Amino acid sequence: MKNRLEISFDHWLITQMVEENSRVLDLGCGDGELLKNLVKTKRCNGHGIEISEKLVYLCIEKGLNVIHGDIDSGLSEYQTDSFDYVILNQSLQQVLHFEKVFEEALRVGRYAIIGVPNFAYWPARFQVFFLGRTPATSTLPYLWYESPNIRWLSISDFITFCNKKKTKIVKAVCINDARIIKFFPNFFASSAIFLLARFKNIS
Amino acid sequence: MQEIGIVETKYFTFAYPPHRLKLDLGEEIGPVTIAYETYGKLNKNKTNAILILHALSGDAHAAGFHADQNRPGWWNDMIGPDKAFDTTKYFVICSNILGGCKGSTGPSSINPETKRNYGLSFPPITIRDMVRCQKHLIDYLGIQKLLCVAGGSMGGMQVLAWMTDFPEKIRSAIPIATALRHSAQQIAFNEVGRQAIIADPNWSDGDYYGHQIPSVGLSIARMIGHITYMSDISMARKFGRIRNKEFSSKFLANFEVEKYLHYRGNSFVKRFDANSYLYITKAMDIFDALENSEKANNLKKFNGDILVIAFKSDWLYPAYQSKEIVRVCKQAGINVSYCEIESTYGHDAFLLEVREQTCLIKHFLNKVFSKTIHEK
Repeated sequence: MKNRLEISFDHWLITQMVEENSRVLDLGCGDGELLKNLVKTKRCNGHGIEISEKLVYLCIEKGLNVIHGDIDSGLSEYQTDSFDYVILNQSLQQVLHFEKVFEEALRVGRYAIIGVPNFAYWPARFQVFFLGRTPATSTLPYLWYESPNIRWLSISDFITFCNKKKTKIVKAVCINDARIIKFFPNFFASSAIFLLARFKNIS
Repeated sequence: MQEIGIVETKYFTFAYPPHRLKLDLGEEIGPVTIAYETYGKLNKNKTNAILILHALSGDAHAAGFHADQNRPGWWNDMIGPDKAFDTTKYFVICSNILGGCKGSTGPSSINPETKRNYGLSFPPITIRDMVRCQKHLIDYLGIQKLLCVAGGSMGGMQVLAWMTDFPEKIRSAIPIATALRHSAQQIAFNEVGRQAIIADPNWSDGDYYGHQIPSVGLSIARMIGHITYMSDISMARKFGRIRNKEFSSKFLANFEVEKYLHYRGNSFVKRFDANSYLYITKAMDIFDALENSEKANNLKKFNGDILVIAFKSDWLYPAYQSKEIVRVCKQAGINVSYCEIESTYGHDAFLLEVREQTCLIKHFLNKVFSKTIHEK
């Protein structure tokens, strides 16, 4: 439990999903905190892609392998099964070619770990329904004119999408702050983390 | 900050006949002398050696000062105590190149058989021949495996040649502002430079030693080079449209930018050999890091780490060429890091953007060096 105090709850949950000594690619790895934790606690071979030059320096300082670039174009260059896990934590909703990146993540990695925000979280619903405002909540803090999020999805939407793409949901954890939400998560959870696998191997 | 202090260029001669050096394009040469400098100390296990490779007009004098000069080596900002290449931790070697004119064997050297300057009888050379000579130097220094090979521009090409010719001899690589192979545009600029030299009547088919040198041609070649090393914005900032008021009909340089180019051209002529310029630029043009399947396979044998660096305003070696390097490394399963540094200096940025490169290189080397410690 010591780890839980040092890192954020979603990072802790993702770390629990990853097997030891695996190869991991974190798309939109930010300052590299999650990757660093995976390298430290699970002895992973960690790689990241990050678009911000400032954050790339922070990753290199942590001794990580990081490629400066955007998620949309960086994935296709990897061979199939290059990684055990491809992580997209709170970054997929900002991707232009959502479906393509989703498919590529599950080609390049044997598993994908995807963290998505829940736009159907109850305070968001409240703001739309009673106030008639585009929601801005603690997990989705951006106002409509400044939001980097271009994909507005709920947990239910994402599950439907996974089914449509014939993707196996190995595990799904819905959370609010540092609590796991099991009751009516599409209403009470602010985000969710999915461990996904392909149904069939790519021939 | 501490400095390296006074340094001296050293010389290593090998390939004495009959054991001449076999060259890429079929010919042989020997003996061969390579100029080099070293900074810092080689550790007991010889695991801390870094080889620095210079660009087209560079030399072995990368850091510190020569006793009779007040200008430091060309990468002094990057090499020294607590700098990117920290000489309190690492043993840094900078090697000059075959074909050059800065103490290594090149077309201006005396051919021991004819007792005359080689001139155009100097055999055609490649980037891989330069690296082959460096390999001899490393063997002579008793180093089994280099911690890192690093360099910008043509130095970066040599880094890529090391990766594809001697992948088991290096632990890591830092190619900066470079390319797997020259584009048509890069070859085109080099060809204009070469033709400027060749068109100079003093060039005399390369046989000008002891006579008037082709200074006009070489100076024009250098002027073209300098334009490609800068960027639109860096030239605008440095020179703008500043000029003398009087305009002469004799077409004398009156814009600042014209004066600068003339100054650069004239000073280059004093320190560089025109034939070396021809041989080296040709070697750059014909280089292809992945020219055949053997080289591509060799790349897969490289199990170290690579840090690729590009600069946003560099239009001579644009970032897409560095991304190509990243792509082939990804596909070869190499641990690759890449950063495109925001800079307005153009290609010259690899000599000028010290803070950003220091941050990247210092931590990258820390990681690579700590792996060697864990190996023991």
